[in-house]
Amino acid sequence: MNIVYTGKNDPRTFKEVASETIARLVEKDPDVIYLDADVMSCIGTLGWAKTHTDRAINCGIAESNMVGIACGLSAAGFKPIVHSFGPFVSRRVFDQVFLSGGYAKNDITIIGSDPGVVAAFNGGTHMPFEDLAMYRAIPGATVFDIADPNMLESVLEQAVNLPGVKYIRTPRKLAATIYEKGETLPVGKAIPLREGTDAVIFASGIMVHEAMQAAAQLEAEGVSVSVVNVFTIKPIDAETILKSCEGKKAVLVTENHNKFGGLYSAVCEVIAGKVSANVGCVAVNDSFGEVGSVGYLQERFGLTAASIVKTLKELL
Amino acid sequence: MDQNKKLELSKFAVQIRMNIVEQLKTFGVGHIGGCLSIADTIAVLYGDVMKYDPQNPGWADRDKLVMSKGHAGPAVYAALALKGFFPAEMLHTLNQGGTHLPSHCDRNKTPGIDMTTGSLGQGSSLAIGMALGDKLKGRDSRTFLICGDGEINEGQFWEAVMFAGAKKINNLVIMVDNNKKQLDGTTEEVLNIGDICEKLKAFGLDARRIDGNNIEELYNSLKETGTNGKPTALVLDTVKGKGIVEVENTYANHSMTVTKETGDKWIAELQAEYDRLG
Repeated sequence: MNIVYTGKNDPRTFKEVASETIARLVEKDPDVIYLDADVMSCIGTLGWAKTHTDRAINCGIAESNMVGIACGLSAAGFKPIVHSFGPFVSRRVFDQVFLSGGYAKNDITIIGSDPGVVAAFNGGTHMPFEDLAMYRAIPGATVFDIADPNMLESVLEQAVNLPGVKYIRTPRKLAATIYEKGETLPVGKAIPLREGTDAVIFASGIMVHEAMQAAAQLEAEGVSVSVVNVFTIKPIDAETILKSCEGKKAVLVTENHNKFGGLYSAVCEVIAGKVSANVGCVAVNDSFGEVGSVGYLQERFGLTAASIVKTLKELL
Repeated sequence: MDQNKKLELSKFAVQIRMNIVEQLKTFGVGHIGGCLSIADTIAVLYGDVMKYDPQNPGWADRDKLVMSKGHAGPAVYAALALKGFFPAEMLHTLNQGGTHLPSHCDRNKTPGIDMTTGSLGQGSSLAIGMALGDKLKGRDSRTFLICGDGEINEGQFWEAVMFAGAKKINNLVIMVDNNKKQLDGTTEEVLNIGDICEKLKAFGLDARRIDGNNIEELYNSLKETGTNGKPTALVLDTVKGKGIVEVENTYANHSMTVTKETGDKWIAELQAEYDRLG
């Protein structure tokens, strides 16, 4: 695995990658079909969709129906990909995903865009801090929190061919490059990004960049920190997580999500009773979202490198 | 309609009703009212209209049924057993732990059940996806969707109908079992939905109201559908509990206790009707 993180933004936006990858997957495989709920423009697929009307279906602003239709298409032999903003393909459609998808054993790939603070100026109504928790509670679901555009491409390519319910939460704008373009990131594998001896940080989504910044700062202060990107939240890579905790005095988990039910919970479930280190998190402390810039909201909810540095020092 | 065909389907409907009672009698309780009201529709679908292969329930080119009012599963199981999808003895396992016949339809458990339902409203979108998928795959298949009149309180049904009308899913047939009662009382007193047929027309469907307990009307309406490019919608004017006088005359007949004694009595009543048909 080639880690190319420098802290600099990737030249491609998530939106560009999502739209290019969806188009490629649909054109390559006649069974792949894409459905959206009137936010094709927001994920960059609208122009392409208008020329592929038999494989790109705008369901209008009716997410429950969209999820149901996608599940019916799965029963008819298709591999549906559905997209809307994170809250509208998680809490709004939970019963449909749970029953028409998971329980009925229909295969459906769901892209929830702009999770957590990335929803920014759309504000609290559009800001899911609970989507990972909900999807994690669906038996057999596969759940991803995307950290960079190259990861999105790799995950989408794999997810569309996996059985069951697959949820991919991803930003739409820019983020720092972490992985090389074209790299395959195997589903279910946590990826060590840097090695340290004092502590380990498990991070997902936008918090991977913050964790890398925090680790660099801590290293300058003489604290040696591992960073592991747990991008598959479920099924979780227990083996890598436990191995990464060996010999560490502190374990910190960071995510752009409520501390209840997401990556922090998932890591705690793995290490409970098996790790003697102090354990803590940098995550949303049981709050609803609100409006503001991503930078403001990261400060507001403590989702920053500075917050990671401070919390980790307390744990040590 | 050919009179021999009519007789055959009428008798099949009575057999389905007997199998419904047989299942509920063995378990002791169940959703008898809504199973009996839809029995004639099931008889026409599985007795003639639908193409399927009991030896190959997953045959992709078959016609599909989505029983969105999933609690009417026993009405479908009754027909599936009679058509050889599984042995009749299995009907005695309804709702027992480990059964292949759960209270609500489950496509992963029962041979011949085409979709999992139970959370009302969801079957409507699933049926559209199945029908759309068949169209896109070039299959000559129809999907039949059965919803309850109480079920269409659910907003998802109207989202689905809006989509079906707008996208002209003409291999889809939507049937609303208008037996005029839901769990807590009549549909009029719980949430008066008004003229269902006019509403469905307004959503772009080829909708009409028929006698849903009349084999001939059902047959004539279901034999050929979608020829005008629109999805078909049939509002089935039915009687909840149809076919067993005591159930028809019970006000709260959504779910009823069925003892062995009453079950046997009702089966005898149905047998008499079967014999009368000749």
